[in-house]
Amino acid sequence: MATQTSDAAVPRARLRAEPGGGTYPGARRPDRHRTVDSDGLALAVWEWGEPDAPPVLCAHGGFDFAGTYDSLAPLLADAGWRVVCWDQRGHGDSEHAALYSWDADRRDALAVLDSLGTAPVPLVGHSKGGALLLSLADAVPHRVSHLVNLDGLPSSRSWPDVPEHNRTRMRRSELTGWLDHRRKAGDKVRRPGTIAELAERRGRMNPRLDPAWLEYLVPIGGYEQPDGWRWKIDASMRMGGFGPWRPEWSMNLLPSVGMPVLCVLGLDIEVMGWGTLPEDVEPMLPSRGRFVPLEGVGHFVHIEQPRLVADHVLEFLA
Amino acid sequence: MTVVTVHHVRTRLALHPLRSARPDAGSERPLLLLHGLGEHTPHSAPPVTDPWPGPVWGLDFTGHGGSTMPKGGGYTAEALMADVDAALGHLVPDASAGPATVLGRGLGGYVALLIAGARPELVGGIVITDGPGLAGGGPAPHSSSVVRTRPPGPAPATPDPYALVELARDVRPGDYATAYARQAVEFGPVDNPIAVATRSRPPWLEAIVSEPGVVVEPVDAALARYAR
Repeated sequence: MATQTSDAAVPRARLRAEPGGGTYPGARRPDRHRTVDSDGLALAVWEWGEPDAPPVLCAHGGFDFAGTYDSLAPLLADAGWRVVCWDQRGHGDSEHAALYSWDADRRDALAVLDSLGTAPVPLVGHSKGGALLLSLADAVPHRVSHLVNLDGLPSSRSWPDVPEHNRTRMRRSELTGWLDHRRKAGDKVRRPGTIAELAERRGRMNPRLDPAWLEYLVPIGGYEQPDGWRWKIDASMRMGGFGPWRPEWSMNLLPSVGMPVLCVLGLDIEVMGWGTLPEDVEPMLPSRGRFVPLEGVGHFVHIEQPRLVADHVLEFLA
Repeated sequence: MTVVTVHHVRTRLALHPLRSARPDAGSERPLLLLHGLGEHTPHSAPPVTDPWPGPVWGLDFTGHGGSTMPKGGGYTAEALMADVDAALGHLVPDASAGPATVLGRGLGGYVALLIAGARPELVGGIVITDGPGLAGGGPAPHSSSVVRTRPPGPAPATPDPYALVELARDVRPGDYATAYARQAVEFGPVDNPIAVATRSRPPWLEAIVSEPGVVVEPVDAALARYAR
């Protein structure tokens, strides 16, 4: 089994029952892997828990991959859920695409949701994945039973973990930088390194996360070649950018959501976060909304506090 | 003259030479045509381009005409702007070639504005004309929608149905368009580098038309001005 990237065949991340990889306290690899075809694009889908348990669909953040749920997903699976998460296009073991957009990500999400049947399903999304699933719930409310948003409510105009077309900040240097990058991206490959080096690079954008956790992620979101490890994420993707998108367009969807909503917000602002404050969220909460601000927790709430977040989610879904 | 294949990351774009420079015109400055949504480059240079002294080219956008069709959509006007930048990499390989003038229909007119703002040093004036996809999705988003439309059978030919759907909904705020217009005017090599030759004026176009450096004039007048 290999992913279809533009590069040579890349081995997919291992499952729980497969050998190799590292360990991290509380983290557990998925039990199953399958592929969903989203209009010709191959998406890697990962599942924890019993195959006949009720499904919950999870979405990771920008520049992450399904394996970043290795801490939270087992806790939900052990409580009786079939936890399903896919690598978004260009991320993890999913195919690298020619085009990336909010519309495309939302359609990919629907393709994965369609693979779970037609009954309404709870959705859990972190960061960009939270905003993505909020818009999916707005588009197909009949398919969504509950919506859980993990630090995925934009209010700042400076968030690096969204696709480049989704930002409004636009300076000439950013435009030319993005175009220059695209001119070179055709043959671009990611820089190789040791596991520790890749973890250190990732740590610059995840400064609050345990270095041992970041090293655990490398054999999942990366692959090894003779000259070292590389992240699998599409080298044509790039942090930063511009576009017509406004953060309030996402937040404006929140009051209209009709299904029960749980919003978890990490109160410690950090580099990959959204800078959202409780006073930004509270006035927008729908009537069936529950708001859980977490003191002393950063943007990656489900990685920093998997037990606490799992308990909130499980109680909410009960 | 053979079609040039331009690489834009994973897409192969068809860049069509429509005619050479006029003999003795003394100008190799290219005119690049951008088609509208769902269209493709015409088979020959349209009559309105007859007075242009330099060579005339046409680019098929991603998912249109002879360019490749990506899997699973994901179209944005910004991605098409990068299509044009890839074509400019061929037409304007260095500063000595002089900037390219861009004539866009509908969607191609909006993309012309974006590239004029993003690569002002490579663009010697743009002309925006009526055509499919001129309005896009308006200045603010509609309610969310998501449709999966994989028709049975082999993959459809261009134009990509996802291009038609996604680029007809592409949000174009007035202040976003204005930011590009201002950069084109401030950094571009020609005076009044944006010519508006449309009869219809969707909100993004209404927003830029009163900006300094934006001129309302017919296509032939604009091309004559840029050819000087």
